[in-house]
Amino acid sequence: MAKHETPLLDQLESGPWPSFVSDLKQEAEFRAKNEENIEYQIPQDVVEDLLGVLELSFKHGRTHWKHGGIVGVFGYGGGVIGRYCDQPEKFPGVAHFHTMRVSQPAGKFYTTKYLREICDLWARRGSGITNMHGSTGDIIFLGTTTPQLEEIFWELTHNLNQDLGGSGSNLRTPSDCIGQARCEFACYDTQAICHGLTVEYQDELHRPAFPYKFKFKFDGCPNCCVASIARADLSFIGTWRDEIPIDQEAVQAYIGGEIPPNAGAHSGRDWGPFDIQKEVIDNCPTDCMWMEDNKLMIDNKECNRCMHCINVMPRALRIGNDRGCTILAGAKAPILDGAQMGSLIVPFIKVEEPYDEIKETVIEPIWDWWMEEGKNRERLGELMKRQGFKKLLEVTGFKPDPRMVSEPRTNPYIFWNEDEVEGGFKRDINEFRKHHQR
Amino acid sequence: MAFVSSGYNLDKPMENRITDIGPRKYDEFYPPVIAKNKGKWKYHEILEPGVLVHVAESGDEIFTVRAGGCRLMSVTHIREICEIADKYCGGHLRFTTRNNIEFMTDSKDAAMALKKDLESRKFPGGSYKFPVGGTGAGITNIVHTQGWIHCHTPATDASGPVKATMDVLFDEFKDHRLPAHLRVSLACCLNMCGAVHCSDIAILGYHRKPPLLDHEYLDKMCEIPLAIAACPTAAIKPSKVEIDGQKVNSVAVKEERCMFCGNCYTMCPSMPLADTEGDGIVIMAGGKVSNRISEPKFSKVVVAFIPNEAPRWPQTTATIKKMVDAYSKDANKYERLGEWAERIGWERFFEKCELEFTHHLIDDFRDPAYLTWRQTSQFKF
Repeated sequence: MAKHETPLLDQLESGPWPSFVSDLKQEAEFRAKNEENIEYQIPQDVVEDLLGVLELSFKHGRTHWKHGGIVGVFGYGGGVIGRYCDQPEKFPGVAHFHTMRVSQPAGKFYTTKYLREICDLWARRGSGITNMHGSTGDIIFLGTTTPQLEEIFWELTHNLNQDLGGSGSNLRTPSDCIGQARCEFACYDTQAICHGLTVEYQDELHRPAFPYKFKFKFDGCPNCCVASIARADLSFIGTWRDEIPIDQEAVQAYIGGEIPPNAGAHSGRDWGPFDIQKEVIDNCPTDCMWMEDNKLMIDNKECNRCMHCINVMPRALRIGNDRGCTILAGAKAPILDGAQMGSLIVPFIKVEEPYDEIKETVIEPIWDWWMEEGKNRERLGELMKRQGFKKLLEVTGFKPDPRMVSEPRTNPYIFWNEDEVEGGFKRDINEFRKHHQR
Repeated sequence: MAFVSSGYNLDKPMENRITDIGPRKYDEFYPPVIAKNKGKWKYHEILEPGVLVHVAESGDEIFTVRAGGCRLMSVTHIREICEIADKYCGGHLRFTTRNNIEFMTDSKDAAMALKKDLESRKFPGGSYKFPVGGTGAGITNIVHTQGWIHCHTPATDASGPVKATMDVLFDEFKDHRLPAHLRVSLACCLNMCGAVHCSDIAILGYHRKPPLLDHEYLDKMCEIPLAIAACPTAAIKPSKVEIDGQKVNSVAVKEERCMFCGNCYTMCPSMPLADTEGDGIVIMAGGKVSNRISEPKFSKVVVAFIPNEAPRWPQTTATIKKMVDAYSKDANKYERLGEWAERIGWERFFEKCELEFTHHLIDDFRDPAYLTWRQTSQFKF
C-alpha cells in the first residue's frame, strides 16, 4: 500500500514511453520490502515521500523545494547541491534531499561491475534515485541527508576510485561526444582530452575561484553531438585542413542505390532514388562540389567542412587527415543578457597530449583575464561582450583573422589605441591655436 | 536504521582523505572491440531504427542497440540494465549525450535478440522499459532538467511534460520518416540547465508574475545589495517597510520592468515567483547546434504561453505534434525545422503550423531586438 495517494502521477504510468512514475514506484517497493536486508542510512520510505511531494506539486502547479543551504564535503566548494523540502512535516523522508554530482567517465562507457557498485552505495546511503545523466554530464545522486555526504564521498574515493564533479562558480565537469571510440567522423580523441583536462584542472573543478560557472565541451566534428557551440564557455570542435578523401567506387554505389544515403537515416519514407546532384551537390553551402566524367569533384580549398556530404555518403567520403580542432569561446544559455553562441577564437589547433599549447595559449590566459575582470556571476561570453573581442585578442595574443567574424563591423566607431595613432593623443592647444583662431 | 561508518572520522576529516582524483578513466570501461578499433572506424549504418552497425578498418563490427530512457532512473532500473548488458554485451554499456542507453554486441544475431528482449520488458503500468529507436531522421530522447522533482526555481515540471510529449511523439522515436532528425529539449526555467536554446523544438518553463516580497524575513535571509544587483533590468531597489510598527529594510520591485527571470529569487529566497496561474510553458522552435549545411541557430519563441496542465500537458503536446506534422509534411529531405522555417518564411511557418502570432513574439529585449524586425519589402502574403 503506497504511503501517499498519487492520482495525478498515476496517469503518467500509461502510454508507451518509459514511465518515471512506475520506476519510482518500483524503487519505493524495493526499499519497503528490503529483501536484501540493506542497512538503509536515510529514511527507508524516502521514495514514497518523493512521490508524495511530486504529487503535491502536480496538484499545486508549484515546486516544493527550497534553496540549497551551504552543504558539501570538507575542502570542496562544489559537487554537492543542498536541497530541502518546504513541507518537511508531511514528507519527512525528503526533508533533507541533497544532490551529489559524480564525475562521469569521458564518453559515458561503463562496466556493469562499476554501475552495480555505484547502485549499492547509493541504495544504502541515498534515495536510490539518480539521473543518468545530469545536463552537464555528471552522474547525479538525487537525494541524501547531510551526515551521509562525507560517508558517500569517503566510499566513492576509497572504494570506487571516483571523485565528485563540479557545481557553483567552478569549472564544471567537462563532457564530450563518443568520439574516436566509435565514430568515424571524430577528428581528435575527445575522451583523451576531456579526461586529461578534467584531471589537470581538479583544483578549479572543486574549489570555487571563478566569477561564475565555466564549461568545456568536446565535439569530435562539426556535427556537434555534445552541443558545445551552444553550451560551453570553451567549445572544442574537431576539424581538418586538408582534402576530403573520396572513394569514387563508393560514390557510384550510392548513385546506383547500392548503399543507402545518410547511413540509412531516412529509411522510413520513400524519398525516391538517391539524387547526388539534388541531395549532396546542391545542398553544399559553398558550392564547392561538382560531377566531372562521372566522378565527384571537391574544391577542398573552398570547403567549410559542414559535414553534410560526409554525413550523406559516409562510405565514400571521409574527414581529412590533417586533423585538429577549432576553438570557440563564450557560449551560454539566456540568463542574463540573452543566449550567446560560441565565437571563434582559434581557427585551427592540433590536439595532442599533453595539450600544452591549448592550456597555455587558450585556457589559462582566458581564465586569468576573466578572473581579473569578470564580475560576480558574469560568464565569459558576457565579459567578451562587455569588454569587446579586441580585449580577448589582447589577452590571448592571437592575431585578428577574418575567420573570427561573420562580417566586418558596419559602424566606424573604432576604439583606436593611443599607440596606434601617430604622435599619440597628447597635443598642445596653444600650438593648435597658432593656426586656428578661437 | 543504525549509522554505519564508511571509515570517515568526523573528528579528523583530513585523516587518510583522498581528494582530486577525478573521474574513472574512460578506457577502463571500453568493450574489447572498442578498445581494439578506437580511431580506426571506417563507416557506420543504421540497420533499422535503433540498431546501428559500425565497421572498423580491421573488418571488426560492433552492433549497437539504442534504447530510450528516463534520465530520472532508480538503482533497481540500472540493475536491470546491468543484467541485460551482462547477458548480451559482456558487461559493457554506455549512455548517449541525450540520455539514451546503448547496448553493444559483436554479432547481428545477438543484437536482434537483444532488441527483442528489450522491447518485451514493460512496467506494470504498460509503458516500455527500454523502447528501441532514437536514430536517424526521427525524434530521439528529450534532454531535460529537474523540474518539480528536485529544483527550487522551476516554472514547470520536467519529467512529467517529457513523458507526456514522448508518448505523443513515440511513433517518430521508432521511425525514420522525418525530413531530418528533430531534437526536442525541455528546461523548466530560463536558467536553462538543459540549454534548450538551440533545439528544433524547445519546451521552456516560464514565470509570468513578479516576485512576492516576504518583507518580514527579507533582510534576515538575503543580502539586499546582491538581490538588487542580480536584476538584469534594474527593476529592484532598496526600500523600507513598516511591519508591526517597526521599520525594516527590504526591497521594492518595479513590476512593469520585471522580465520574470527569477534571478533575484536565486539570490534571495524571500522573493519567490512560483504561481499556479502565472507559471507555464513557452514553446520555441527552429534552433540547432550542428554546423551541417547552415550555421547553428537559436530557437525562436513561437508560442508565448501555455498553462501548466498536469499531469499530461495536453495543449503543449498537441502544439508540438502540430508543428512536427507540418514540418514532416512540408520540409525537404535533410532540411532541419529551422532551415525549413527560414526557407518558407516565418509568416508561412505560423500559417502551416496553425499557430497564432501575438505581440509577445516580437523581440523587445535589448540590442539584437530590432535586427529581428522585418527590414525589407520582401515578404509573403
